[in-house]
Amino acid sequence: MNIWLVMLLGGMITFGMRLSFIYLLGRFEVPETMRRALRFVPPAVLSAIVFPEVLMPSGKLDISLDNHRFLAGVIAVLVAWRTKNTLLTILAGMAALLFLQLLF
Amino acid sequence: MHQSMKSFWAGVGAEFPLLVGVFPFGLIYGALALKSGLSAAAAQMMSAIVFAGSSQFVTAQLVHEAAPGLVIVLTIAVVNLRHMLYSASVAPYLKNLSMRWKTLLAYLLTDEAYAAAIIHYEEEELTPTSHWFFLGAGFSLWFTWQVSTALGIFLGAAIPESWPLDFALPLTFIAMVVPVLKDRPVIAAALSAGLVALLAFSLPYKLGLILAALIGITVGVLLEGRKSPQETP
Repeated sequence: MNIWLVMLLGGMITFGMRLSFIYLLGRFEVPETMRRALRFVPPAVLSAIVFPEVLMPSGKLDISLDNHRFLAGVIAVLVAWRTKNTLLTILAGMAALLFLQLLF
Repeated sequence: MHQSMKSFWAGVGAEFPLLVGVFPFGLIYGALALKSGLSAAAAQMMSAIVFAGSSQFVTAQLVHEAAPGLVIVLTIAVVNLRHMLYSASVAPYLKNLSMRWKTLLAYLLTDEAYAAAIIHYEEEELTPTSHWFFLGAGFSLWFTWQVSTALGIFLGAAIPESWPLDFALPLTFIAMVVPVLKDRPVIAAALSAGLVALLAFSLPYKLGLILAALIGITVGVLLEGRKSPQETP
């Protein structure tokens, strides 16, 4: 699928969800299960992306010290946990990866 | 000054602290979208067409991994589901507006605009110009997002190709996930999604991602459902 078509469809779906209840007011309510499920969406989707990126950078599971992205990812998790700062997390993780690549 | 303009600027003012936080995000998005292989035009237009930060980051990542279009569209839908909740939450305050206003405000209904607007609606009485406040909050965020995206694309082009910048996207996601890992159901949702993503990595069309996300969400909901009342934080 062409990227423009992807964006158009993704945009229409997003807009449709934003308009949904504003448009349908009173006729439907958000189902309870969906309300409860929502807070798990970001951690689930983002972890599903992060784990393979960090733990299998070459397409195979690699939990060893030779996997620089694994080590840099662990450092990023620690920085994110301590500081809750997005920019600092990205900088620390990038610095760690560059440093490891330079050294080894 | 006309009352509606006063409301508009009050909305801009209420949104301002959020704009400061959003600006660097737009910069990072612009730079990374370019490095993921999106054209400058597509990267910029996504900020106008989709106009939802986290789903734009995810899209850039999936484009980089050459995921099929349908999987990307599905993922955008899942990541943006929460907007239905915002829609339901502001709907009572917008019910007397024209369709044109409803459409415009729905387009501008982002996390940050919702945050400012709902506080305003809940604290102040609904006035004939309340929707101008929403417009001020929503439009100032829209404007900031477009400008910061453009600047990010411009700066991103200057970053040397040899830098492993593709790693900045997973790092951004780590920065988004870790702070919300506050209770057991959320941690279990994140871990199970991550593990399934590893196990299902070889599934075609990046379907492992969708499967992993759905399993993670289910695990979270089930664990929360099982939780006894005294454990509630």
